[in-house]
Amino acid sequence: MQQLNSKIPEGPLADKWSRYKTSLRLVSPANKKKLEIIVVGTGLAGASAASALGELGYKVKAFCFQDSPRRAHSVAAQGGINAAKNYKNDNDSIYRLFFDTIKGGDYRAREANVYRAAEVSNLVIDHYTALGVPFARDYGGALDTRSFGGVQVSRTFYAKGQTGQQCLLGAYSSLNRQIAKGTVKMFSRRDMLDLVIVEGKARGIITRNLVSGELERHSAHAVVLATGGYGTVFYLSTLGLGSNASAAWSAHKKGALFANPSFIQIHPTSIPVLNDYQCKLTLMSESLRNDGRVWVSKEKGDKRHPTEIPEEERDYYLERRYPAFGNLVPRDVASRAAKERCDAGYGAGDSGLSVYLDFKEAIEAQGKKAIQDKYGNLFEMYEKITGINPYNQPMRIYPAGHYTMGGLWVDYNLMTTIPGLFAIGESNFSDHGANRLGANSLMQCSGDGYFILPNTIGDYLADEIRTGKIPTDQQPFKEAEKAVKEKIQKFMAIGGRKSASSFHKRLGKIMWDHCGMRRDAEGLKKGKELLNELEEEFWKDLRIPGNDREINQELEKALKVADFFEVGRLMCEDAIQREESCGAHFREEHQTETGEAKRDDKNFAYVAAWEYKGHREKPDMHKEPLRFEHVEIKERSYK
Amino acid sequence: MNVTLKIWRQKNAQAKGKFNTYPLKDVSPEMSFLEMLDYLNMQLTEQGEEPVAFEHDCREGICGTCGLYINGRPHGPMRNTTTCELHMRSFKDGEIIYIEPWRARAFPIMKDLIVDRSSFERIMRAAGFINTNTGSAPEANSNPVSKIIADKAFDAATCIGCGACVAACKNSSAMLYAAAKIAQYAMIPQGKVEAKDRVDKMVRQMDAEGFGFCSNTYGCEFDCPKGISVDFIALMNREFLSSKACKQKHG
Ligand SMILES: Cc1cc2nc3c(=O)[nH]c(=O)nc-3n(C[C@H](O)[C@H](O)[C@H](O)COP(=O)(O)OP(=O)(O)OC[C@H]3O[C@@H](n4cnc5c(N)ncnc54)[C@H](O)[C@@H]3O)c2cc1C
Ligand code: SF4
Ligand code: FES
Repeated sequence: MQQLNSKIPEGPLADKWSRYKTSLRLVSPANKKKLEIIVVGTGLAGASAASALGELGYKVKAFCFQDSPRRAHSVAAQGGINAAKNYKNDNDSIYRLFFDTIKGGDYRAREANVYRAAEVSNLVIDHYTALGVPFARDYGGALDTRSFGGVQVSRTFYAKGQTGQQCLLGAYSSLNRQIAKGTVKMFSRRDMLDLVIVEGKARGIITRNLVSGELERHSAHAVVLATGGYGTVFYLSTLGLGSNASAAWSAHKKGALFANPSFIQIHPTSIPVLNDYQCKLTLMSESLRNDGRVWVSKEKGDKRHPTEIPEEERDYYLERRYPAFGNLVPRDVASRAAKERCDAGYGAGDSGLSVYLDFKEAIEAQGKKAIQDKYGNLFEMYEKITGINPYNQPMRIYPAGHYTMGGLWVDYNLMTTIPGLFAIGESNFSDHGANRLGANSLMQCSGDGYFILPNTIGDYLADEIRTGKIPTDQQPFKEAEKAVKEKIQKFMAIGGRKSASSFHKRLGKIMWDHCGMRRDAEGLKKGKELLNELEEEFWKDLRIPGNDREINQELEKALKVADFFEVGRLMCEDAIQREESCGAHFREEHQTETGEAKRDDKNFAYVAAWEYKGHREKPDMHKEPLRFEHVEIKERSYK
Repeated sequence: MNVTLKIWRQKNAQAKGKFNTYPLKDVSPEMSFLEMLDYLNMQLTEQGEEPVAFEHDCREGICGTCGLYINGRPHGPMRNTTTCELHMRSFKDGEIIYIEPWRARAFPIMKDLIVDRSSFERIMRAAGFINTNTGSAPEANSNPVSKIIADKAFDAATCIGCGACVAACKNSSAMLYAAAKIAQYAMIPQGKVEAKDRVDKMVRQMDAEGFGFCSNTYGCEFDCPKGISVDFIALMNREFLSSKACKQKHG
């Protein structure tokens, strides 16, 4: 049994990070040059880490599977990035950002980590601004902010509906600067397929060159995973199609604990499914709920055109159920409320699986121009996909798989349970508890990469200055490469009839139906069985045309799908053990009389960190108890 | 609806490519263009044929990965639309659709519809950044930027690096792509400091990669899915001229 030591420093909450930082050991500039660091992933987390580490003088190797680091899925974030600047003088503060995040996460996140993320948030905004990120400004030339779900202040910095793109291009520019200086070497079009451990420490990775098909060994003194989320486990999600669990999963199989895997956020406002071949759900940013009102008809199965449904026959169910927060309730609450209305038969559209998001009032009050300024590109996107102009009639939206709060377990240093293996950004589990608040992820990813990891990793590397270069002809590298090679050969040899995507689609449906927005013990168990059955079929009936020594996109997909069977089972396992409802995790068996989530703090205020025990073997669960010393733990109410 | 696809197939960078014809039945007008290709690929895979290789990731018009030359136009017939945002409702039942990769010397074909755009990366690495270190930034509101300028810089910054501008240009020029970044930084105070040096380096890199010159036909703006304006090219040219002049004067 591994002992979990979260290494949370002593002392008052507000001083923990600053005091701890001064206690961290440093590596001299001369020694930094001798130390290599692998960063897998070039989203906001990875690009910021790689560039900051490069600036410090380390030798960095950065990896991504796309053709360019700029295409990491951070690029798709729309709404904004939070910081505790209090520019609006609305009484915001680091403490309030911390508090909102803890509460929003339904008291399942670590206090110390969350406070630190809030603390460095202001530095992140300063840095992006210096990098030339064109955040929205007001007429006086100062940075503008807006409000987002789950909070009552205006702390979200934004660049129209393209905040992720603009922040990522900022981080990408800082990465390019280091690539040009030679401190970072960029490896694009690489798929990380395994982690290499030498004498108990993370020492390298095995990648497949997606152009030549070659397997490559890369070594370093520390490995950082910044490989993003695995919401694609649902097949249909707001993620990029290449998003995956595989890099993190390979580390999990080698001993890194995986925390709260079933905490996966279902975003309330995505464009609903429109055809059977759809493989992607497009998000309509949560920021739209600032001005859009959510409603369904008061009449069941109402097939009237939305503009023909008169005001008094509309049920603005969020405003009705949650008068204090109205349309701005957090995501988990909004998603379940939409599902509740649709399941009860009030949903809109032919499928009945959607609700309206209406801008009529906002357009009347503020004018079309103001709405266009704020959401122009989102409205355009909506029209392109659906063929419907949302300036004239309400959007239709439905929840979609979106963000994984769960991920690799890390301590306060952002190190996993494998020495020398760090995880940052969405790939770790640390800051969002059971539900992430809007605009908090870009904040966390950038904070991790620019301001936290570069300090904590130095403390680890201080012991490595005498290690010397890590050779890749050692046994562990050879073995890892051999295992990957055999796995690929096994895939190629199946010679069945079905494509990897067809399996992925069926797998996603199992997860959505059995481990989605509402869960119960029986359904979760059933989900596991169905996954087992489908997995068996997969290994018999998969077909990968072509060969593995060239570009082979079917092979790339199959490798990811194979891991999703295991990830899916662990999600079910995790959801079964958590006999409570909290945040995005809603168990039918645990709800209040009014249908709200019922937490059980006495028995479940812990992080569930899972240890891999082999394929289809029952994993071991380790508990990290959560202590709340600075907030009073309360029922989360948005009424 | 039914369509006939004429798709460029090419085994690898060295091989010679050709168009193959694929009749495709029961296409839904609600499908996106890439979902239509997925649908084809699923059938090909199940028949044991190699699926058509094409690149994509976000499928919502923001990552810049996708990019196909459809019926003679980059990203197809709709303006301000990436390939992944294009839907089959923009095509007619029975239509013949030609699908090719970007064609440009600086974008060699790797397989089928996939091209190598690393030349774009090298242009950015040449100087597409502001030299500032983590931790050294002043308070974000200490340098106000007028809303008009900030909005303009934003417009330039929305380039997704897809390469359609190059594919649209008869000279395969990358001017619009480079100009968008150069202009974004040249307009804002943070980026002004190094503007001259930046334009110099990026333009040189563009030439070194084998991109063509600009002859002001503006096909790039017309086919750019983000509507990046050619005005930025003019701005870049002004910057470039003054930078050279600057160099000559000071040696
Ligand atoms: C549509 C959408 C909108 C969002 N909007 C917001 C918002 O407004 N505000 C907010 O705060 N958050 C938002 N989020 C969440 C936020 O964007 C993400 O959580 C965050 O960007 C993740 O960043 P990351 O750096 O951890 O990972 P990513 O940006 O996903 O990057 C992952 C990187 O890892 C690489 N990688 C992955 N697997 C492998 C592998 N096996 N081998 C090699 N490389 C690999 C990829 O190439 C990529 O470079 C949104 C998310 C989505 C999907
Ligand atoms: S300028 Fe337009 S066409 Fe060219 S790369 Fe950028 S977005 Fe694509
Ligand atoms: S796939 Fe991302 S822009 Fe088309």
